[in-house]
Amino acid sequence: MTERLRVRFVKLGKVRFTSHRDVARMWERAVRRSQLPVAASQGFNPRPLLAFGLALPTGAESLAEYLDITVVDGAAVVPLDQLARDLSAGLPVGVEVAALGWVTGDAGSLQEQVTSCSWDLEVRGVRASELARRVEQLLGAPSVPVQRERKGRAVDDDLRPAIRSLSVTPRQQDCAGGGSVWLQAELATRPRGVRPRELADALGADVVLGRARRTQQWIEHGGERREPLGMGAGLGTAIAAHAWERAS
Amino acid sequence: MRSLWPSIEPLLDGVTKPARYIGGELGALTPEHRPGAVSWLLIYPDTYEIGLPNQGLQILYELLNERPDALAERAYAPWVDMEAAMRAAGVPLFSLENHLPATDFDVLAFNLSAELVYTNVLNLLDLAGLAVRSAERSAADPLVLAGGHCAFNPEPLADFIDAFVLGDGEEVVGEITEVIGSWRAQGSERQALLEALASLDGVYVPSLYEVRYAGDALAEVVPASPAAPAEVRKRTIADLAAWPYPKAQLVPLTEVVHDRLNVEVFRGCTRGCRFCQAGMVTRPVRERPGEQVREMVRAGLARTGYDEVALTSLSTADFSSIEETVRAIVGGECGDQQVSVSLPSLRVDAFTVATATEIARARRTGLTFAPEGGTWRMRRVINKLIREEDLYGAVEAAFANGWRRVKLYFLIGLPTEQDEDVLGIAALARRCVEIGRAYHRSPTVVASVGGFVPKAQTPFQWCRQDTVEELRRKINLLKEACHKVRGLSLRWHDPEASVVEGLASRGDRRMGAVIERVWRAGGTFQEWSERFDMATWAEALAAEGLSFDAVAYRARDEDETLPWDHLSAGLHKDFLWSDWQDALAAVAVEDCRWTPCYDCGACTGAGLEHVVASPVPPAGGSQGTGQDLSRGDRVPVRFTAGVGTR
Ligand code: SF4
Repeated sequence: MTERLRVRFVKLGKVRFTSHRDVARMWERAVRRSQLPVAASQGFNPRPLLAFGLALPTGAESLAEYLDITVVDGAAVVPLDQLARDLSAGLPVGVEVAALGWVTGDAGSLQEQVTSCSWDLEVRGVRASELARRVEQLLGAPSVPVQRERKGRAVDDDLRPAIRSLSVTPRQQDCAGGGSVWLQAELATRPRGVRPRELADALGADVVLGRARRTQQWIEHGGERREPLGMGAGLGTAIAAHAWERAS
Repeated sequence: MRSLWPSIEPLLDGVTKPARYIGGELGALTPEHRPGAVSWLLIYPDTYEIGLPNQGLQILYELLNERPDALAERAYAPWVDMEAAMRAAGVPLFSLENHLPATDFDVLAFNLSAELVYTNVLNLLDLAGLAVRSAERSAADPLVLAGGHCAFNPEPLADFIDAFVLGDGEEVVGEITEVIGSWRAQGSERQALLEALASLDGVYVPSLYEVRYAGDALAEVVPASPAAPAEVRKRTIADLAAWPYPKAQLVPLTEVVHDRLNVEVFRGCTRGCRFCQAGMVTRPVRERPGEQVREMVRAGLARTGYDEVALTSLSTADFSSIEETVRAIVGGECGDQQVSVSLPSLRVDAFTVATATEIARARRTGLTFAPEGGTWRMRRVINKLIREEDLYGAVEAAFANGWRRVKLYFLIGLPTEQDEDVLGIAALARRCVEIGRAYHRSPTVVASVGGFVPKAQTPFQWCRQDTVEELRRKINLLKEACHKVRGLSLRWHDPEASVVEGLASRGDRRMGAVIERVWRAGGTFQEWSERFDMATWAEALAAEGLSFDAVAYRARDEDETLPWDHLSAGLHKDFLWSDWQDALAAVAVEDCRWTPCYDCGACTGAGLEHVVASPVPPAGGSQGTGQDLSRGDRVPVRFTAGVGTR
């Protein structure tokens, strides 16, 4: 059984403008620099076995990104706190390891396991009271029909089942010290992942999305919700405060 | 010093590839602007993806930031969507390190690697908030400098750039810093600064020269100030070993071209390809010691985490220590991870292919060769001494070693070219496909054809350039000849872009007004085919009373004044002329690295010599050495269907 390291990392500040692919390349280089004995893929052009979770839209920040690293069988690995420091040293400012731990080989991939994500979404263009009214309306509706494009064709879809929770926090003091209207949303990843932008559109054409920040990813199993490394929910806040200081 | 980031950030949600504008690369510095330090903004006038890997810019970036009296930041040309957003929001051109406005800097220094970016240079000056013409800027404005290969005919940009640097920049940027520093301490006029700069070797201040015309012809460019030398000679660093830069290559956060570790193994080239400006203006050859190369690779891989290293130069297979170096990298002496090595320029012979195969562990997808000419006669004219047997041997070795795709670079529109030479390209390429069939079911050969553009300070500087119509006709000949050949695909460069490049490469100072008109008409990013617009250029030329005929489609006489005659790349004009006469007679010359000197001037005139570790040419010979040139077009190799034999 191969061993997998699961890494939770943050993406904050200017580096939020890099893409999911860019982040993958940053990790490949950081992992090579750290000398971690990573297993390689088979084939003519072997790549280190890194498996990333759900893609984060370019421009969004996150306190909860994940990747699984398959380590060479039986290879010695430096202590995890040391490894976290080594990896972070090879990553750009704003991308930083928040936590890491071993997962057993038979655990599913991140893509299979993660069932929902929590988001903080900054909203401009509408007042807090108006936004709260629309949120209530949306939560009360039996369905939220949207049209989206799939393979070049417009298909009808219902957003409602994917919206696990939604609330408005006026003037939330965010890490950057801003004071705008923020939405807190938990959006399911199945049957398909709902993007923050789709949610904003469903709340009205005048809703302009500002900053978007993923705060948690969740694995729901047997009616219970847990963080992919099994950490307590309070950890997210601690990570945010620390990482923010470095990124800005 | 006020960061523009709060005004830049909101723009980035609405533009393509926003990571171009954030900086933050590994190796990027955040220099502190301090009194007494001359601040440089190093600008690459093309997109971030193209400009970031530029080694010249990165070398100067480090050298300047190491100095106590200087600091440097970087800027690249924002793509059109970002530029529009910046103009709408009133955000000027900014640096990537501290996101400062360009006008906060003492010096704006442009890297000129290609002629088609000239309109971008004007656009960036304007985006910075400056007048594009030097004469309309004041002492309070940043000094505008430019360097790079295109500076060997700087005249088309002479009205916009305060001073050009010719040749290697390593030493002269320090001297310029000192001149600016003491000028600032004295608080004198801009004119005094320009005159002080003109006294530095390798620095050309165009406003200190008078351009005289005789009718429509250029008569002379002469000093108009006692501070200006009659001839400005290029700078050359004698020993690359003294300059192990970049030490901390920038590792971008987003995708760029050449995204790998790059280590320069030598500078200069004496193969003597007559069309090649880069080779001519960078003589003599200065190799980096093999041990230093290996140390730079070792340190660079450990620092960056790259898994690919390119050994860069104009012809890396000619590097004396190539074998030891490749063996060391592949053998794990430069780090314990798997690394692939790329040689950006391959010599055309089987020996080189063997090396390339050994090192390209992964991605063995395609190899590229550049025979440039379709017939042996043509290749003697351009002095690219590749015999057919060399090419076929190399191609066979490539296919035999598991490569599936071979790319061949050719030029058309070369001097003395006949249709038979053009068709020779198709014949060579077809033969290469046949060779490949012996090894693979479906080998691919790509023949890539560019239109030749005569360049300043080369033997072909006198030659006429083919018209768009001639180039098109030749491309059509090739299309017919390659039609329906399975496995062969033909690609060609837009003839119109080649001809416009020719305007800038050999134009005189009058071309500046044309460039300004094209820029004012919105013609930026002209090296991008989707943005290139021939009609704008044609209109601008006509409006200035100039023509393609007069600038591009015309051969020059021996006694004609060339716009760059007062500038020297080290090459004697009579050497260039006799090399041009040899070319017309299809007479080839050997690589002077290993054979007697032709007294071109690059070494003899400058008290320099080649720095080459090996006294003998490489195995298999190169550029005339060790080759029997009497039988360049006879092919001593026979191929039978299905089996490759030698
Ligand atoms: S001076 Fe002589 S040896 Fe030096 S580059 Fe010119 S021809 Fe070669």
